[in-house]
Amino acid sequence: MAPDRLDATFAALADPTRRAILARLASGEASVTELAEPFAMSQPAISKHLKVLERAGLVSRGRDAQRRPCWLEAMPLAEATGWLESYRRHWEANFQRLDALLDEMQAKKSRESIKRKRRRQR
Amino acid sequence: MKTVGSLTITTPSDREIAMSRIFDAPRTLVFDAYTKPELLKRWLGVFGGWSLEVCEIDLKVGGRYRYVWRGAKGNEMGMRGVIRELVPPERIVSTETFDDPWYEGEAVGTVTFVERGGKTTLTISMHYASKEIRDTVFGSPMEHGVAASFDKLAELLPSSA
Repeated sequence: MAPDRLDATFAALADPTRRAILARLASGEASVTELAEPFAMSQPAISKHLKVLERAGLVSRGRDAQRRPCWLEAMPLAEATGWLESYRRHWEANFQRLDALLDEMQAKKSRESIKRKRRRQR
Repeated sequence: MKTVGSLTITTPSDREIAMSRIFDAPRTLVFDAYTKPELLKRWLGVFGGWSLEVCEIDLKVGGRYRYVWRGAKGNEMGMRGVIRELVPPERIVSTETFDDPWYEGEAVGTVTFVERGGKTTLTISMHYASKEIRDTVFGSPMEHGVAASFDKLAELLPSSA
């Protein structure tokens, strides 16, 4: 995904109302009226959030003038959450290298303490 | 390679994210690996052609630290901060700012080393200026930022995996 697009995606995801809208759309398409129901918000306020989600490519809307249903575009979301997985993998990899380094440090430490003991025994 | 514990990521409060991992070593060693430049250069963010080129730590309260990673293509990513609290080998609190910041305000990181039965639990907790910033970072862009900073981590991972 292009960095600009990703920025738009993450900016869109940063808002709790927009995340709740996405969660609702994950269970199927809905109209603005239906989306506004669980929120203490006006339809224009919800429409504003939808525009942000649309611009980020996370949501699409139908052409039907009456209802204009909204649905979730799964692909950008999957790409976005893929970053979280990348982050986790990045740190897992860091910590595995740290495991190896700590093993090496412990081995060195025990070799040194054996040497010290030998010296004392002489 | 041996993996002692799995990485857990949690959100202890509105403005925080925390990452925890157990290591099979006493905490003095884990603390050293976390604070000595020659040791940090062996593990922190070094993969897929990236190296930790600059690693300077003035390990004292008020002391500054500076990390610069360099990629295979010569691209760089830098990070710096100031140490606010230091209790060797238990706890370090420091600020964190990226040269090319991808979130607003300064983040404050608290790193704790807890030893039990010869094993050490390392916890890195990041505190952001607001919940919104934390959510931007955690809901996505910590990885986005780290990834972007590490110059397209997603591209690097398949080759380094």
